[in-house]
Amino acid sequence: MRAALFVTCVNDAVYPSTGIATVRLLERLGVEVDFPEAQSCCGQPQFNTGYRRETEPLVRRTTQAFEGYEYVVTPSGSCAAMVRRHYPEIGGADAAALASRTYELTEFLVDVVGVTDVGAYFPHVVTYHPSCHGLRMLGLGERPRKLLEAVRGLELRELPGAEECCGFGGTFAVKNSDVSAAMGQDKVRSAVSTGADVLCGADNSCLMHIGGILSREDAPMRALHLAEILASTEEEPWS
Amino acid sequence: MSGTYLGMPAFPVAAKAALGNETLRGNLRHATHTIRDKRAKAVAELDDWALLREAGKQIKDHTLRHLDRYLVQLEESVTAAGGVVHWAGDAAEANRIVAELVKATGETEVVKVKSMATQEIGLNEALEAEGISAYETDLAELIVQLGDDLPSHILVPAIHRNRGEIRDIFRDRMGAWGRAAPEDLSDVPADLAEAARLHLREKFLRAKVGISGANFMVAETGTLVVVESEGNGRMCLTLPETLISVVGIEKIVPSWQDLEVFLQTLPRSSTAERMNPYTSMWTGTTDGDGPSAFHLVLVDNGRTDTLADEVGRQALRCIRCSACLNVCPVYERAGGHAYGSVYPGPIGAILSPQLRGIGSEVDASLPYASSLCGACYEVCPVAIDIPEVLVHLRERIADRGGKGHRLEKAAIKASGWVFDHPKVLAAGERAASLTRKLHPSRVPGGAAWTDSRDLPELPAAPFRDWWKKNRGEKNRGEENRGEKNDQGGKNNRGEGTAT
Repeated sequence: MRAALFVTCVNDAVYPSTGIATVRLLERLGVEVDFPEAQSCCGQPQFNTGYRRETEPLVRRTTQAFEGYEYVVTPSGSCAAMVRRHYPEIGGADAAALASRTYELTEFLVDVVGVTDVGAYFPHVVTYHPSCHGLRMLGLGERPRKLLEAVRGLELRELPGAEECCGFGGTFAVKNSDVSAAMGQDKVRSAVSTGADVLCGADNSCLMHIGGILSREDAPMRALHLAEILASTEEEPWS
Repeated sequence: MSGTYLGMPAFPVAAKAALGNETLRGNLRHATHTIRDKRAKAVAELDDWALLREAGKQIKDHTLRHLDRYLVQLEESVTAAGGVVHWAGDAAEANRIVAELVKATGETEVVKVKSMATQEIGLNEALEAEGISAYETDLAELIVQLGDDLPSHILVPAIHRNRGEIRDIFRDRMGAWGRAAPEDLSDVPADLAEAARLHLREKFLRAKVGISGANFMVAETGTLVVVESEGNGRMCLTLPETLISVVGIEKIVPSWQDLEVFLQTLPRSSTAERMNPYTSMWTGTTDGDGPSAFHLVLVDNGRTDTLADEVGRQALRCIRCSACLNVCPVYERAGGHAYGSVYPGPIGAILSPQLRGIGSEVDASLPYASSLCGACYEVCPVAIDIPEVLVHLRERIADRGGKGHRLEKAAIKASGWVFDHPKVLAAGERAASLTRKLHPSRVPGGAAWTDSRDLPELPAAPFRDWWKKNRGEKNRGEENRGEKNDQGGKNNRGEGTAT
């Protein structure tokens, strides 16, 4: 099986480790991974801030970059939701076709590759925050949790109020920074109350926000992308 | 104020003030979480919730598509039943009509059923200017009115107040408006309710004119419907000689049968009740029973403009249940007053800028008062895609330009160009990574971000460089084992704080 990795601009520039983990994980499961270098940003920040016209060239670029791939995989629920939900209305038939071939990582693993136990080993106490776009726009449901539950050495603790937004929201985080921070601080308080040492999510933008608060508050917890946990094995522990 | 990005003062400034009020945050958190949990249970009881939701959406959409026809039918039905219909294009016209109707009765006092439409048009203030006192009789509205306050929630206008605050308001202010509260009034809910009951009963029995809104108007019969929990509404609707109902034109449903859907979805969504305690229906006038004069004032006030917008018009499906407020994480922190409108929360953020236009600072800030988390859409009993409308309104505001948006647009265009040229993007990422120790906060909105959050430390190299090095044409399959350390171990999500 061959799949193109849509790494997303945030992962490319700020969290390359998530992209690397995704490549290793998929290859370990026998998927041949390609990285079309013509890719860049999916256009979500522009679109969600009200700049639809400015989004159009990025939709065209992304659509062309992934032409010809049967599967496009991305370790970002929110960018997958952008492609799946908004590309058909912005970019016409080609973009709609891309939308139907684009998968968020956990969807791809569970629905296409057909695994929930990816052979990972991660000896930590983990709590999972389901980001809003993955949760509500993609309907990821139990997939991420099932994947985590199958990780050896991992103890999964339920996050109180898990389905509440962490307050990132793209440009919301700066346009309404006070409310955004208040939401994030509440999320962090809930997460820390679980006693977990890792907060796991499937969207690095939300994790950047949550992690930024964890770091500012010197909380005894770190934020980590799900892909990096799933990539971790006994032979090659991630961290 | 702490960095609002590119200047969007209105909502962010008001929200910041609310965030600093610990009592308010405590009151809101407790109330919204209680209601949302109860609502989820009440909705889960119905197997056909999804179908009811779809039916409600379809009925409302159908009605809005043929609004002209149904409004004429409603006017005919109401007139045939002995009522008088008045048409008001805007708030001023509606207020003038109501004031004249009250003056014609010779009365200077009216009792009111809680009504969003009359709040929207500022009827109480307009009547006051004409020497007419309007008394709110809904318990929460009474608290707001006595406290010289503004409502902050659609269903629970005094949600921002706790028991202690309400006791103080009753004790200090009731006497000036009618029957005083006992000096030793406690903050026990039953005692507070009894004080309100005695105060209100005096007004119900005295009033000759009642003013209401309506949750629904049935076109085929000319029947108006109010659903409520306290019984005060039924008193206002049945005791006075004259009843004036002020209703937005979108409150119409075609037939009596359509109510079957909304009388299930509205109470469960709003108060988490299977059925609301009081459902009052009135059709024109009947000799010897209820008001002898009935006037219906149909209010447009921006609704036909809203209807003209293909995406935005779905806001007119709203049945004012307030489920979206109770699940909204932004509303929960910012409180209702920050929205600068009688319609707060997610629905207010799309309704107010459409009804009032985006000319004012506060209206232009409302579509941004959301993280687009989608919880509001999920609970909406008529499936209003609030995030979709928010983004749509952001487009309109960004298009218009104005304060902050010119700079924002330039930044978006510039970044768009870079994203459309991946080689430039890669060079930029590389440059940023190489100089990462020098300027970690130099990103748009950096100040607003770093007020409360640490910024990520940039990695040693972007992903595309790792790919080229480890999976590029030449090196395909020869992974560099030192790769991970190249990426900068502690970057930005708080790593390193746990070990």
